[in-house]
Amino acid sequence: MTEQSLPLAAATRQISLNGASGPSGVACTVATPESERRWQGPDAAERNGILEKARSIAIVGASANPSRASYFVATYLLQSTNYTVYFINPKESEILGHPVYKDLASLPEVPDIVDVFRRSSAIKSVADDAAAVGAPVLWIQLGIWDDDVAEYSESLGLEVVMDRCIKIEHARFHQGLHLFGFNTGVISSRRAR
Amino acid sequence: MDKQTFDFATRAVHAGLIPDKATGARALPIYESAAYVFDNSDDAAARFALRKYGEIYSRIVNPTVAALEERVASLEGGLGAVATASGLSAQFITFIALASQGDEVLASSELYGGSITQLDITLRRLGIDTKFIDSDDPQDYAAAITERTRFIFVEAVANPSGHIADIEGLAAVAHAAGIPLVVDSTVATPYLLRPIEHGADIVVHSATKFLSGSGTVLGGVVVDSGTFHWGQERFPEFFKPVAAYNNLTWSGNFNEYSFLTRLRAEQLRDVGPALSAHSAFLIAQGIETLPLRVQRQVENTREIAEWLEQHPQVESVNWAGLETHAQHDRALKYFPNANSGSVFSFTIKGGRAAGKIFIDSLNLLSHVANIGDVKSLAIHPASTTHAQLSAEQLREAGIEEGTIRLSIGIESAKDLIADIAQALETSTQGDAPHSVEQR
Ligand SMILES: Cc1ncc(COP(=O)(O)O)c(C=O)c1O
Repeated sequence: MTEQSLPLAAATRQISLNGASGPSGVACTVATPESERRWQGPDAAERNGILEKARSIAIVGASANPSRASYFVATYLLQSTNYTVYFINPKESEILGHPVYKDLASLPEVPDIVDVFRRSSAIKSVADDAAAVGAPVLWIQLGIWDDDVAEYSESLGLEVVMDRCIKIEHARFHQGLHLFGFNTGVISSRRAR
Repeated sequence: MDKQTFDFATRAVHAGLIPDKATGARALPIYESAAYVFDNSDDAAARFALRKYGEIYSRIVNPTVAALEERVASLEGGLGAVATASGLSAQFITFIALASQGDEVLASSELYGGSITQLDITLRRLGIDTKFIDSDDPQDYAAAITERTRFIFVEAVANPSGHIADIEGLAAVAHAAGIPLVVDSTVATPYLLRPIEHGADIVVHSATKFLSGSGTVLGGVVVDSGTFHWGQERFPEFFKPVAAYNNLTWSGNFNEYSFLTRLRAEQLRDVGPALSAHSAFLIAQGIETLPLRVQRQVENTREIAEWLEQHPQVESVNWAGLETHAQHDRALKYFPNANSGSVFSFTIKGGRAAGKIFIDSLNLLSHVANIGDVKSLAIHPASTTHAQLSAEQLREAGIEEGTIRLSIGIESAKDLIADIAQALETSTQGDAPHSVEQR
């Protein structure tokens, strides 16, 4: 059983949302400590819904350096999912054999998710660009938590996911996390697809 | 999609096990395969580099073992788990993930004998220095922490003394110093106590005991809460580029998932104590009935402990569920109805000689070096499980010459009490039982 992209039948799955399922503790110096957080992000079921609906993902701040998180995410998305992946970085021309676009406006289509790998202070302007092209979801990488950025992005009409890794979240609902012994929170008596 | 939370008993049966994609098999399939074919070279490279979740080789990942891992993680309220070939190997890979040569460990002196020797002899030979703390007071741990200390290790309920650790107090002390609290929760079981809820960071189990439940297999599990903040000074390994994986850093790439990803991709890979698929199946199946078994075991234990306490031949009963026990308040705080597990000790009058006769006179309780079985078990620790320890270590571990350890099973309490009663009776007569040879 390998991991081809096997879209999860969302309606048949029940996602347990007890404490056991939702990894929320984050050990990262750039993030606001959990106790001081104001904004509330989508829960596991809602995150799965976002991933289910999307067909294309634009990686803003994509890197050609294999040790960077964005590179990990890109290889995962290209190899383990059916998403159309776009790369955005004004300083790069090719990543993993794919063309790199200079900004969101240059893409051939409106991406369903804008996945940002930029420092906190640069994210508001990415949110502006995402809203300008009409992208519905802004996904901010694991390790970054900024209440202001999240609230600002929502005020532009964007749905926001923050401090989550899109690779990990996809794998949570598609057996990848399960295979590595992680608690996916998925309980179901239906045959896996 | 329903937003539903599932109770412990439901998760004990279902967590980690979605019916098999290939066949619809309702039971957990046993995937006996050392290796797995790759789709192509790119796929193989991505799996090796951890850029993709996938099977490579069963030392690192196996689908049957994964089901067990997720189940235990769910029951403990953890982020995830890594299963191993035994409880001691679960501890070993955890310890060496956290500490290196020149580092220090603080551990309770009340531990399973094999855990004491693992720390005191084997890890010491590797240059990791364990200080054993013969105190129940978290402040005594705080006072022993130095800048080389890497973690605190205790048993939630100590084997065999039955003493309960102050997990909350120890977690506060550990976190104030920037180190994690590692708890061996083998005797407590997640049904009775979930250390992560009280601040523990990492939980280890000997799955050989209550999780599998019938004394059939060896196994271990490491569960991580995912909430510990790995500081750069004490835990530089989380921040250094890892050459074997394209110079990623564990913390940078995996964040809250870093400890478990590293434990699997480095310590499990390099030390190699993988759990077999067949053993994982037996343990995962055992866990399905964990709530039923352990509930019955603590009910039996209460009946037997209360009966023993009244017996003239018994000096003391070390079960914190008893109102007379010094730790009863702690039992009330950490355990439902103060039922602090089904492994406990009592001390028989007449010391070592009476203890030997008692053990040799049992006909229903089995004389074995194990705990957590559905069959009731008894042993004399001073001459067996803890025989490696010095007189002082024995005393520090809460073991006297006449101490008997019991692990109460799911038989009828009436029958167990009858067996214990006749063995106590024989032990007062001071003769070796003739029945042993005749049985
Ligand atoms: C409390 C405790 N921890 C750890 C272990 C070691 O486990 P294993 O025998 O599975 O290696 C034992 C075994 O007796 C134990 O009782």
